[in-house]
Amino acid sequence: MFKGTDAFPNGVLDKTISRDGGYWNAMTYMDWTTYFSTMPADKGELILRVEADRMQNGIFASEDVDSERSVIIAEREGNENSPMFRLDEAVQAAAYQKHAYQYEVIGSMEDLERINREDLYTHYKTYYVPNNAVICVAGDFETEAMIKQIKDLFGSIPRGPELPIVEQAEPKQKEEKRLTVKGPGETPFLRASYHAPETTSEDFFILTVLDSLLTGASNLNLFGGGISNKTSLLYKELVQKEMAVSVAGGLQATIDPFLYSIVMTIHPNHQPEDLITVLDQQIESVQNKLPEKSALARAVKQARALFAYGSESITNQAFWLGFSEMFDDYDWFTSYLDQLAAVTPQDVQRIARKYLRPENRILGIYLPDGNGGAQE
Amino acid sequence: MISRKGYRPTNSVPGPEDVTRVKLDNGIVVLVRPNFNSPSVVVTGGLNVGSLQDKDETLGLSDFVASALMRGNQTKDFNQVYDKLESAGASLGFSGGTHTTGFNGKSLVEDIELLLGLLKESLFTPTFPEDQIEKLRALVLTGLAMRSQSTGEQAAMAFDNIVYHGHPYSRPDEGYPETVREFTKESMTNFHADHYGPKGMRIAIVGGIDPDEAVDIVKSFFGDWQNPSQKEVPQLPPWQPLGESKSVRKEILGKSQSDLIVGTAGPKRSSPDFLPAALGNSILGQFGMMGRVGEIVREQAGLAYYANSSLSSSIGPGPWSVSAGVNPKNEDQAVELIKKELTRFGSELVDEEELEDNQANFIGRTPLSLESNIGVAASLLHIEKHQLGLDYYIRYPERIRAITREDILIAAQKYLDPEKMVTAIAGPPLQE
Repeated sequence: MFKGTDAFPNGVLDKTISRDGGYWNAMTYMDWTTYFSTMPADKGELILRVEADRMQNGIFASEDVDSERSVIIAEREGNENSPMFRLDEAVQAAAYQKHAYQYEVIGSMEDLERINREDLYTHYKTYYVPNNAVICVAGDFETEAMIKQIKDLFGSIPRGPELPIVEQAEPKQKEEKRLTVKGPGETPFLRASYHAPETTSEDFFILTVLDSLLTGASNLNLFGGGISNKTSLLYKELVQKEMAVSVAGGLQATIDPFLYSIVMTIHPNHQPEDLITVLDQQIESVQNKLPEKSALARAVKQARALFAYGSESITNQAFWLGFSEMFDDYDWFTSYLDQLAAVTPQDVQRIARKYLRPENRILGIYLPDGNGGAQE
Repeated sequence: MISRKGYRPTNSVPGPEDVTRVKLDNGIVVLVRPNFNSPSVVVTGGLNVGSLQDKDETLGLSDFVASALMRGNQTKDFNQVYDKLESAGASLGFSGGTHTTGFNGKSLVEDIELLLGLLKESLFTPTFPEDQIEKLRALVLTGLAMRSQSTGEQAAMAFDNIVYHGHPYSRPDEGYPETVREFTKESMTNFHADHYGPKGMRIAIVGGIDPDEAVDIVKSFFGDWQNPSQKEVPQLPPWQPLGESKSVRKEILGKSQSDLIVGTAGPKRSSPDFLPAALGNSILGQFGMMGRVGEIVREQAGLAYYANSSLSSSIGPGPWSVSAGVNPKNEDQAVELIKKELTRFGSELVDEEELEDNQANFIGRTPLSLESNIGVAASLLHIEKHQLGLDYYIRYPERIRAITREDILIAAQKYLDPEKMVTAIAGPPLQE
C-alpha cells in the first residue's frame, strides 16, 4: 500500500508528506488495519486525496511484492529475537483452535514465504472498500467543509462486494493448558492468559476494573502512555515479596473474545510454580472477598487520568474515534468512564469468578535454555 | 509580564511571549507554558548528575541512585509514595543518563501539588531502605541479563566501546552486573549527598495551569533547597578521533536477526556544525521512508525492516551512525551498501531538491512535535539544557533555511570519514 499508485507513484508520497512536515504510517491489528497521518492543518487535503486514491488504485507490482516480502520476513526475524514474542505466539496458538486470533498478526514464516501477489490483491479488493472503511479526522478545521471534502473525494468510490462472513466461533476451553517455550537468554517469564469477553460486553468494563486492582491501570490507547502499578495486588504479592521482578497485565479491545493476560518476569530465586501458587491465591481472594468501594473509585480516577493523557494530541484523538468504531461505535468511547464508574464490588467478584478460573486459562512459561549472553 | 487571566498561547511553537522562565535564588530554573485545553499537567526536568560522576568501579551507581529515589524517604515509605501517586492516576519517575538525571511526571491539574510534593521528598530526603535496594538490584540485574541478550543493545555497546575508547561515552550508564552487585546504602547515600542539589536543576511545567501559579508552587516546594556540598560537574574530556576503520561482531546464540551499526562520533549539540549535520542526517537516513539508506537497504535491496541513520544531540560529540536489522547472511551486503552511501554522502553535494525537501520537513514538522504537553516540555528543557534561547523555535525556520548544500558536505566530511568508520554487529553465529 506504500508502493504507490499511478497518480502517486512510489516514493513521491513519502517525500510530499514529509516535505509538508507531516507524518504517516500504518499498522495491522487483530481486527483492523489503520492508515494514519498527521499533517499541518492547512495540508490535510493532500492525505485525503492520497487515501481516496489508494483505496481503489493500488498496483501491487510483482517486484514490489518480492521486495516487501523480504522486508517483512526481516521484521519477523527481529520479533523472534524477543523471548516475549516467542512466548506470546505460543500462548495464542494454544488458546484458539478455530479463531484467527491464534495467529500473530505478522503471520508465520511459512505464510510470509508463500503469500503471492494474487493473495494480496484479492485481500485488497475484498477489504479495502468503502463499505468496510471508517474515516476519522480530528484537528483545526470546519466540520461541514471537511465532510464535504471527504464526500467529494470518497463519495464516488463504488461499494465493494458484501464482505465475506467468517464464522470463527471458538469452542469453549474445558481445561487448563500449560506450555513451555525454551530459548536463549537468562531470564524466565510467565504469562497467564484467561479467555476474556469481547469489548462490547458489559463484562469487559468490569474486567477492566478488576485488572486495575490486580495489575494496575492500563491504557487501551495504543499510542498512549501508562502509569506505574506498584500498589496493585499482584505487584505487592509478587514483586515486593521478590518472587517476580515485574508484573503487568491487560485486556485488549477486540471484536471477538480475546485474552486477559498477566505477564511476570520471574525472580532468579524462584520457579514458575511459586508464582502460579501466589497468583491463584490472590485471584481466590478477589473471588471470595468483595473489594473496597474506595479501590474501585481509585481505578476510575486512574482511568480518567489516562484518558486525559491519551487525548492530549490530535493524533490520539483521531485514533480514539477510529479505534472505538472498529469494535463498537463512538458512544463506547464517550461512555467509557461512566461504564467504569457504574461497576460495583459485587460485579468485580462475579467477573473474577466467571473468567479467572484455571480451566479458562493458558499458562505459558519461557525458560532460558542456558545459553549465556553476548560473546565476541 | 504575562497576565494571569485570559492568557492563551499565541503561537503553535513556544517562544518568549508564551514561555515563562524564572531562575530561583538557589539556581533552579523554572520554565512554564500553559495549555488550557488540557486537563492534565506535565512536570519534567533534570539535574546535573549522571554516569560522568561514576568511577569505573562503581559504574551504574548514578543510574541506580536515580532509580532508588522513590523507594522511600524520610516522610513516606515505598508503599505510601506509590499509594499517593497511583491513587491520583499520576505518574513520576527518575532516569539516569550520562550528563543528567531526568524526572518525568504527569497528573491531572488538580493534583499538581501532590506531584511536586512527591518530587520534592524523593529528591531531598531519600532513605534508600536496605530491602528496597535489594529489590531494585534484582530488577536491574535482570535488566542487564536481558541487555546481554539484545542484539540491538549489544551492537550499540560494542559500537560505543570502540568509537569512544578511553572516553566516558564508551561506558554504559547502567553499569555492569559486577559493579551493580557492589552498591550499598552507604555508597548511595554518599553519592546523593555529593551530587544532588539545586545547582543546575531545571524544571518544566506544561498543561492547564496559569504560569504564575505554577512558578509560585515550584518556589514553595523547591525555593529553600540548598546543598553546600554539591560537587561541581566534571569536565568532559576531549574525544580522540579514530585513526582507522574498525569492526567488531558479537555472537548471541539462538537469535534470528542481526543488528548492525556503522558510524562514528558527530558534532556536539552546541557546535555550529550541528544543524547542518542534522539536516544532512535527515537526507542520509530519515526523510520519507528512512532517507537514502532506507531507499537503498530496505526499498531496493529488501534487506531490512529498518535501516536508518541517527545523530545524537548531546553535550559532547554523540554518535552519528546508520543502523539496520538484517538476516545474518545479509550482513556483509548491508554494510557494503551503507558504507557506499556514506562515501557518497561525504563526497558529493546533496541535491538541491533533497535540501529543499528536508528544510521544508524540518520547519513543517516542528508544530507536530509540539502537539502534546510532554513534547512542549521536552523542547523547553532542550533549549534550556543547551542554552539555545527562548526564541529558538521562533528563529528555527530562518536558521534551517540558511543551511546550504556546502554546509552539509562540510559537516559530512568533517565527521563521517569513510576511512575511520566503526562497524559493530551483534547476531547469531554465522553459518559456514
